[in-house]
This record gives sequence, structure tokens and C-alpha cells, in this order.
Amino acid sequence: MADNTIEIKNLEFTYSGGLSPALSISELKVLPGQKVFIYGPSGSGKTTLLEVLSGVLEPQKGFLKVAGVDLLGLSNSQRDQFRAQNIGYVFQTFNLLPYLTVIENIELPIHLTGKTIKNFQGWQKRLIERLGLVDLIDRSVQNLSVGQQQRVAVARALLGKPAILLADEPTSSLDSENRESFLQLLFELAKEVGTTVIFVSHDRSLEPLFDRCIPFSELNRDLSGVVK
Amino acid sequence: MKTFLSLAFKSLAHRKQTVGLTVLSLSLSLFLILSVEKVRLATEKGFTQTISQTDLIVGARTGPTNLILATVFNRGTFANNIKESTFDHWKNHPSVEWTIPLSLGDGHRGFRVVGTSEDFFRHYHYQGQLGLEMMEGAWGTGLLEVTIGSEVARTLGYRLGQKVIIDHGVTRDVGMLHHDDHPFKVVGLLRPTGTIIDQSLFVSLESLETLHEESKEEEEGDHHHAHDHELTAFFLKLKNRIDVLNLQREINNFKTEPLSAVIPSVVVNELWQTLSYVEKALRLLGFCILGVSLLSMVSILMATLNERRREMAILRALGGSPFQLASLLVLESSLITFLSLALGLLLQILIIFVAQDWVKEKYGLFLESGGSIGSDWMSLLGVAVLGCMMGFVPAWKVYRTALKDGLSVK
Repeated sequence: MADNTIEIKNLEFTYSGGLSPALSISELKVLPGQKVFIYGPSGSGKTTLLEVLSGVLEPQKGFLKVAGVDLLGLSNSQRDQFRAQNIGYVFQTFNLLPYLTVIENIELPIHLTGKTIKNFQGWQKRLIERLGLVDLIDRSVQNLSVGQQQRVAVARALLGKPAILLADEPTSSLDSENRESFLQLLFELAKEVGTTVIFVSHDRSLEPLFDRCIPFSELNRDLSGVVK
Repeated sequence: MKTFLSLAFKSLAHRKQTVGLTVLSLSLSLFLILSVEKVRLATEKGFTQTISQTDLIVGARTGPTNLILATVFNRGTFANNIKESTFDHWKNHPSVEWTIPLSLGDGHRGFRVVGTSEDFFRHYHYQGQLGLEMMEGAWGTGLLEVTIGSEVARTLGYRLGQKVIIDHGVTRDVGMLHHDDHPFKVVGLLRPTGTIIDQSLFVSLESLETLHEESKEEEEGDHHHAHDHELTAFFLKLKNRIDVLNLQREINNFKTEPLSAVIPSVVVNELWQTLSYVEKALRLLGFCILGVSLLSMVSILMATLNERRREMAILRALGGSPFQLASLLVLESSLITFLSLALGLLLQILIIFVAQDWVKEKYGLFLESGGSIGSDWMSLLGVAVLGCMMGFVPAWKVYRTALKDGLSVK
């Protein structure tokens, strides 16, 4: 059996100044290439989970291994590098820097990490084509529709061929027809580079499209009020 | 780094209005500081270099300040004169290159009248190398001819050929006695110098003598100014400056007549030092202005920070470290600062270039134009450093938030 892409054991994260942990997960394992749907109400800590998985936030205790890297053993800057190398991130809305063009936004992570764009040109071309952005690349992102903006965000998140794509309700601003096709396209592209998809949402209507579905209340013990 | 520079540029360009206003206020205050500095320098130079190339000023025994004030700045009075024979003695001294005789004490409508020789026009210098130049006409050497300074001409509206009546014994106000039997004729107009020369009228010693002879007959009173072949003071230049202290001692110990010799540059600089509070006040004013604009830059940066939380979250999600985000903000404030520096400097050079002549004409101040950063580099460097440092305030806030609160946009 292949190594898990994500492995969590007895993980706890508390915001500085917080009285109780915002996140407390006893166990979670995700296989490479899996498409995981985590649902739960807004404000339950789903976003905090994604921030912990991406290394933005540092948990205080437990075991957390993502893409083969033990995140608790890393320094702040090592976690930032880890994120640049291994994680693609898509927010609910406003994913793009308003003062850059479409192509500048897509290439931004490559430039930020100091890599050369040449190594990604083939994949970039394919992403732009498949996501229907060919005619938009030199446009300012401010003139794009919400759907177009989310597709630019996906192109950017997948360009670095990340091990994991973290998606924080990226479809909630889309209408239901576009939602499904958007997700299908995302899956298809993620599959091409073997990217694992972790998708959090409060809306369960998309559940059937995923390999695996986890209620956040079961994952996060403290908020479900079960065990301590 | 290149990426961040281009990000900073584009981000600033995206916020044209607020950034533009910040740059404007910063560059205006910089312009003010630089201008204050220029005016300060011009004032100092105008004052301390009212007279140059003159090694010694010699008059009847008195204090050095008094001697300078009376001969160079037209302030204060003289109790005694010196004999013409004394003047001749020093004029012919082997180490003396030239002398300028002065007979002071008369006036014309509030301006001073200087009785002197053609040597004044030939040898008087100010601000180092600058000599006197005629605007119109020629230096009057003949009897009852007068040469006038630019401000005299401007204030009184005098032109060549104008008849001028000289007041006897008074320089400050309109005199009680006029030498109205002997109207002088304006034969020369001097170019502006920004010194007391502009406020003076020059006549020959002979003309003045004729005048005084007659008035003496009329009133038979005591006069505190030169007559009977007497002078008030004289300027002197040495062939070799090294002899200045020796000659000064020699003149001070002159047996025939009690004399004082002073080195003008030393005394004038001392006088300026006593006025240095003006200088300090001007500087302080400049720094207050700068402080206010730097604070306004910080407040603008902090205010826009709220709108930019999303931007910061995106950069963070892409792998940007809190340190990188903070540097981006410092970079932005630095760009704003340097842009303002360039603009302020440009504005100052431009305005001085345009207003130079007007200021010279109106206030007698010589503003140095051109890109001479010279003495300004300290202020410029100070502003550059402070401006860049102001970026640390929002940067610190972003840094803290990034570490503590993750990507959440609160």
C-alpha cells in the first residue's frame, strides 16, 4: 500500500489567546490521489484544518505528516517553503491579486519560489486550454466573471503540480450548473498530475462526486463534544 | 526580489489615488525642507559674505563689532575720524596691495551715502569672487556725480540723470539739513548684489568735501563725520595674506593716531553666530513639516492595510512567508519615499530656477540653483532612511497577523 499523503494523529491546534483547541483530531489518513469531501457548518474550523495542513498555522501537539513531510518538525520558514512546493490553495472568492493580469496571477507562485517558468510551460498551456482561459490571459482579473476567476485560481493552484490541492468552498459562489462542471474539470486536471484533493464545504449537494466523505464533526472531537 | 519589486510597483500603481496623494504630500514637505535650507544658506551667505577679499578694515579706535557694523552693515555711528595722512601712510605700506577709503555719515532719504574713490568699484568684492558691475552708466568720479545701488534705484525710482540732494550728517532718516545748493546727478546704476551695496549711494571724496566745506561755513557746528581731509575708515588688502596678523598688530600700535584694525571675515562670522537662533528656528520648522508628512504616510499605509488583507492572505497561501509580506510593505514605503524624494528635489530645482531672479530682486537673496545636493544630502538621506523605516510599522502588523491568525480575513 502506498504511503498516505496526509497522516494525522492526536493533533491539537489552539489559536494564541484561545482557551480551548480550535482543532483536535485523533486520526485522519488520506491516500494519494484521493478526492476527499469534508463537510460541516460554517465557522466549525474547516478552514483552520486547511491552514494547519498547508503549514500556515503550526499545531501545538500531535503528529502531522503531509506529502511525506513531518510538519511539526519544521520551522516557520520551512513550512512556508513546504507550502510553496506541495500545496495548491483555492479560496471561496477573491483568489486573485487585482493588480495583476490573468497570466501574471497564474505564474505568481512559480515566481515567488524563484523557479523558472520554462519547466512548467507545457503543463501551463494545457491548464489554460482546459480551463478555457486562452483568450483571457492578458486581461486584468478585475474584468473577469466569478466563474472565470475561480478557474484562474485553479490554474494557479495546479501549475506547480502540488501533492495536495486544498479547496475552501471554491464553488459556493458559482451557480449549481457551473458548480458540477467546474468540479469535474478540477478533478480531471488534478488526476493528470496525481494531486490529492481536499475539499471543504457546508453544502453536501456535491458529495456524490467525491471518493470519500467525512463529516467535520466526527473529525474534530472538541466541537462535536464527544471525547476529550 | 525582482518579483517583489514588480509586485510592489504594480500594487502601488493599482492604488494610484491614495499613493499619489501620499507622494504629493511627502514631496511637498521635502520641497519645503530643501527650500528652507536654501533660504537659510542664502541668508547666511548674503550676510557673512557681504564683504570678501578685504583683509582688514581700519578705523579710529573702537570695538571690532562697531567698526564692522558701521562700515559694512551701515549700523551704529563713529565717534572719530582718521586723518588723510594716516590713510596715505598705510596705503603706501609695502605689504598693502590696495585700499578703499570710506567717508560715511551722510544719507539720502534713508539710504547711506558713501564717499569713496574709484577703488571701491575696482576692488570691492562680495561672496568670494563677485565684484561690482554697472547696470547702466558708469561709476561717477567727477564732482557732484553719484552712483546708486539697485535698491535705491528701485525704491526711489531713480534713473540716470536724476538730481539727488544729499542729507547732511544723517543716514537713517530724512536729515534736518539738506545740501540743497548742490544737487548730485545720477551717472551710474549698479547691478543688484544682495548686499548693503544695493542700499547705498556712492560719491567721490572730493564731492563730499566740497559739500561739507560749505555747510561748515553755514552752521559752524560739530559734525561726527568726515571733513577737513578726514576719512571714516578704509578697507585694505594685503599682497600676502600671511602678513595679516602682523599688519593688524602694527596698525593697532600706530603711534600717530589711535586706530583699530579688524579682520572682517572673523567678526562677521561671529555676528552671524549671534543670529544663529534664526537658523535653528528655520531648521526646526523644516523638521516639523517632515515629521507630519511621514506620520501621514504611515497612517495612509495602515489604513490601506485593512483593504489589503485579502492580498496578504493570497500571497501567504502561495507560500509567501510573513517576512516576505513584511518586506513587501517596507519596499512599498521605500518606493513611495524615493519617488517623493525625486519629485521634491525636482520641484525645488525647478522652482528655484524659475523664482531665482524674482527672489534676488525682491529680497536680495541669492538662491543657488542647479542640482547641487551638497549640504542637502544629510536631509535627503535622513528622509530616505526615515521613510523606509516608516514601512516597518505596517510591516510589523502584517507579520504578527500572518503568524497568529493564518489566512482568515478578519
